[in-house]
Amino acid sequence: MIRSGIILVFLAVFLAGPPASSAEQGGVPFPVLAKAQGEKCVAPAEDMRRNHGDYLLHQRDETARLGIRGGKYSLKKCIECHASPDAEAAGAATVRPFCAACHDYAAVSINCFECHTPKASGGNPKP
Amino acid sequence: MNGQPMDKVRRKVLACAAATAGLVLAPGVTLLAAQGADSKKRWGLLIDASKCAKDCEVCVVACRDENGWSGHQRPATDPQWIRKVNLRDPATGFTWSLPVMCQHCTSPPCVDVCPTGASFKRADGIVLVDKHICIGCRYCMMACPYKGRSFVHEKITNQKPYAPRGMGTVESCTMCVHRIDAGGVPACVEACASQGGGAIISGDLNDPSGDIAREAAKYGVGRIRSDLGLEPGVLYRGAPL
Repeated sequence: MIRSGIILVFLAVFLAGPPASSAEQGGVPFPVLAKAQGEKCVAPAEDMRRNHGDYLLHQRDETARLGIRGGKYSLKKCIECHASPDAEAAGAATVRPFCAACHDYAAVSINCFECHTPKASGGNPKP
Repeated sequence: MNGQPMDKVRRKVLACAAATAGLVLAPGVTLLAAQGADSKKRWGLLIDASKCAKDCEVCVVACRDENGWSGHQRPATDPQWIRKVNLRDPATGFTWSLPVMCQHCTSPPCVDVCPTGASFKRADGIVLVDKHICIGCRYCMMACPYKGRSFVHEKITNQKPYAPRGMGTVESCTMCVHRIDAGGVPACVEACASQGGGAIISGDLNDPSGDIAREAAKYGVGRIRSDLGLEPGVLYRGAPL
């Protein structure tokens, strides 16, 4: 009984079609992400969507504590590539709108930008 | 275990592990040692009080600009990574002026007292706060005999990308770790050389041919409160410490 229930749920999910149609069907609209400036992310989008938090957490410890610089998953590089005009920062290019698109949607509260600047280097140049 | 003490056996196992770490796995594929802070190095500063002018604040301004810790004109609570201290010998009336910052101790008391492990010493001797896990308890500020650390009381915006700072955490001189890791010198050293008296030099204390070792051998150096046995990485010359 339970098994057939699961199969039914599967069928329902598949028949409902791709998730993009959710908004059209009256569901909650999916987050819209601003286009990144770079050509390609450091990992495939599916991987980054699921694991970016783990990658950043791992690398932050390596960088801050062990002094290993220039790793693959750099918050600075995320900021540079995914910065877009931010009303909160008076129109300066920050990564906040990009992060907020999903994090607000999923009610995830992150605090990277209580300490790290979200501004791309154009907004806060290194001397 | 052949009657050997346990720690000796353990050491042998560790030595074996260390030897295998550099092994060639396959042609063209090697296990590289992770880069990062080098434990053979010991970064430090040497400050020559005789070249440090009493009214000069170039190092303080440079540090503030580099790391973005300008305050709110409230000296009691504003962060202060480096400050100028003027000393006077009451017997002779002679005065000295010295910059004082985190002394990057070999045995840092701030690390001993930290309840979360946020206060730590890097392999190359630079003492830092891992603000990711700092809970702002300020034990380290109490423990530091040099008053080297500050607490961030207020919300901060416009941080420098290479110097993250945030409310509720403790911070101090990082010896401009972002510059050191890039092969550069701290901002105070650079500024003192170009606009001040060239009183501060930075380098590897373990390097016998380095500037600091050479000057230390030639002139003799002192440390602030060397009686505490903390062995700071910041050395002073030309001042009766």
